[in-house]
Formats: sequence, structure tokens, C-alpha cells
Amino acid sequence: MTDSSDGAFPPGARVRVRRAHPPGHVRTPHYCRGHIGEVERLCGHFRNPEELAYGRADHAPLALYRVRFRQRDLWPDYAGAVDDSVEIELYEHWLEPAR
Amino acid sequence: MNRMTESDNEHPSGAPNAAPHDPSDIRGAIEAGRRHHDMGGLNAGPIDRDQHGHEAWEHKTDAILRLLAAKERGPLVRVDELRRGIEEMGPGVYDTLTYYERWIGSITNILVEKGVLTVDELGRRIEAVRARHASSPADGPEEGTQ
Amino acid sequence: MTGDNGATSENLPGSGHEHGHRHPNQPDLEDGPLGYYPAMADAVAELLIEKGVFGADDLRATIDYMASRTPALGARLVARAWRDPDFKRALVADSRAAAETLDIDTGPTPLLVMENTAHVHNVIVCTLCSCYPVFLLGKSPDWYKSRNYRSRVVREPRAVLAEFGTHIAPEREVRVHDSTADMRYMVLPMRPGGTDGWSEEALAALITRDALVGVCEVTR
Repeated sequence: MTDSSDGAFPPGARVRVRRAHPPGHVRTPHYCRGHIGEVERLCGHFRNPEELAYGRADHAPLALYRVRFRQRDLWPDYAGAVDDSVEIELYEHWLEPAR
Repeated sequence: MNRMTESDNEHPSGAPNAAPHDPSDIRGAIEAGRRHHDMGGLNAGPIDRDQHGHEAWEHKTDAILRLLAAKERGPLVRVDELRRGIEEMGPGVYDTLTYYERWIGSITNILVEKGVLTVDELGRRIEAVRARHASSPADGPEEGTQ
Repeated sequence: MTGDNGATSENLPGSGHEHGHRHPNQPDLEDGPLGYYPAMADAVAELLIEKGVFGADDLRATIDYMASRTPALGARLVARAWRDPDFKRALVADSRAAAETLDIDTGPTPLLVMENTAHVHNVIVCTLCSCYPVFLLGKSPDWYKSRNYRSRVVREPRAVLAEFGTHIAPEREVRVHDSTADMRYMVLPMRPGGTDGWSEEALAALITRDALVGVCEVTR
């Protein structure tokens, strides 16, 4: 399940992480929600951890991306260099297009 | 309004996260929808580089999970389920337990949920293991290695 | 995997204050009553074996196999990559296939190798649980799983690196990889100067676990 052929967002696309705070198991860190980053690559397609965590595996795999965020976009007081970045793996249903 | 402090971390425009807050502010985290295991960006102290030597039961716990997560056994316990169980322990227990204590606690709960093990047999066996250890502590646990 | 493993991640050069003692809250098998969770681990193992879920030999073999996973495996891949540009390209493009040519198992989860350059320094964390490239580095160190590392390294990576004695020039980008999902990561450090002509074994001996996580650089 690691083909990297198709996904909604090509490398370089600007995406915003959805702002959502579900009560269950998710793999989208709180600190990046609502923030804009750039798709670094499509990692492939994997089953949804939000379902697997509850023992359900009977669903289609989701596209998984690595998204690059600039540190200074995430943290107002970021003290490092301007180009410093964080890359996070995010499933497609957490992403929406951004300008 | 202390209870709302953390919700300021996220701005509709995606403005930068607010100043890091105290991880002990459990109510603030609840209102912000941030779960306690999701700690990226929180205030925290210096990195402690002391290393404990892994014990036999920790190697065993690690191996139990790998065996239960293998496809040929279902999997009986997926890594995602392991994580979900750990996250559901709540902040007090999560931060009190060591890493592999969280693992075996979560694995065991999932095995009970799935009917692989019963609460009663676990209660009896844990007592038996501890009694065995008390009578000959030098032997350590059975099935352990290293 | 959420975790880590490998019995021998202790006592590595360059990994800091590792003297094998127990933390105060670590259950101690020798000095008192058996801790509740260690007892649970034994109870669960016994019951699963009795029920035929797996065999005692499966358990033993898995423990032994995971104990064979140590940072020496990651170091070998890096040393080969330093000496062989084709291997380096292959390792970065498809680590599983490249490692297989050296009979090294990268594990069930896809592994991405992140190359440090004059422009970028990479460092790995898992803020949500502690994902770690166990199959190449063995069990993760306690600091990697600590609240302090997981909380801080995504927000103040340069301050955290400085605590490890690592100072990255401001013109180099520090790139943090938060290992949140289905990938695992290993850093391919920069080869230190003055090692021209060194053998793969001599180079591998320089490469520490902490350099493969990205909190240190490799020095002679």
C-alpha cells in the first residue's frame, strides 16, 4: 500500500489542516490544525487509523501525505532560523486546498 | 478565564499557536480539544538523558505486541488499538506509568475487550505470578530472558 | 510500531549519560515485590501461551530477534552510503530495497532516510506516541519517549539540539520530522572531514545512535 501515484494534492500544493477536535484516536497533531503547509510528497495509501484504532479494518485506504510547515508560521515566538521547518504525515481527509 | 486559555492556540486564520502552556492545565486542554498524549509544543523542561536498563518483562511486553499484531493472528491487537488504549488511560495514569507499563496495560485491556482473556483469569494469574516471585524473588519471572 | 526495541541500545558511544541504572519509578525485580505491570506482563504471556495464541518458542524467538536490532545496523547503512554514492541514492529512494542488498531488515513499516546536507539538518520525533525505527536502531532511548523531548523538539529544536551539544549554523535549515503515521525515519548524517579512504567498518564505528536520530552530528 505504498504506491505514490494518485492523490488529490500534488507535491508543492498548499494545504490547510482542518480545524477539528474529535474526541477519539487521531494522528493529526493539535499544533498543526488550522495551519497552512506545503505537500512534500504523497507517501502512499494506508488504512485509516481512526477506524483501525477501534478494530475496524474494512475500508478503502486513504492517501497519506508529508506536509511541510514553516516553524515561524506555527509558533509566534519561534527563535530559530527563518527557514526552519516541521514535516508531518497527514491523511487526506484532514487536508483542504489553501491559497 | 483559565479554562479557555488553550483555545486561543488556534486562530481561524491559522495564526501561530499562542505561547506554550502548562501541560498540567488539564481543563484548558479539554476545552481546546487537545488530548494529553498530543504534547507537541507544550512547555517542558530539559531533556533527561539517563537511561534505564530494559528488564526482561519489558522485552517480553514488546514481543507480545509484535506477535499479537502479526497478520497470521488476525491481528488480535493492532498498533492503532494499542495507541488508542494508551491514550484512554487519562493524563494522571499516562504520565505516571513507564512506557512499557502503558503498553502491557493497553494490550491487556484490548485482549479483555475482545474476549481473548477474562478479567477473572487475569486477576488469579497476576496474584499467582506475584506469589511465585515473593517465594523465590531471585528467580525472577518465568519466560523472561536476558 | 509505536515503539522501539532492541536490548542493546544502552552503552553506546556518544549517547550521553547512560549508566544502566534504574529510574526511581522503574519496577525493580530484584529489590522488592514484583511490580503490578511486570506481573501483568508475565500473566498475559502465560495465559496466551496456554490458550495457544502463540507458543513459548514464538515469544522467545521474537524477543531474541528484536534484541538483535541495534544501531549498528543503521550505522552500516550510513557507512556504505558515505562510500558509495549509488548506494546512497538507492537508500534515500527506497530504503527497504537498498537495505536488503546488505541483508538488513528495515521492518514492516516503510522507512524514509533523510539526508543531512550543508543546507539541511534533520531530526526525528514522534510527538503523539514515540514511533521509532526499531528495526534499524533497536529499542529507543528513554529521552526519546520523554514528555520533555516530545513536547519541545517541534517548537524549539535548536535549543533541544544544544542540550545534546549540537549547534547547527543559522544558515542551515533545521527540519523536524514528526513521525505521526505510517512512515518511520532515520537520519543520514554528514560524513565528517578527514575520513577519506576510511573503511566501511572504521566509518561505521563513528556513527552513533543519536546521530541517526538527528540530535547529534558525526565527528571523528
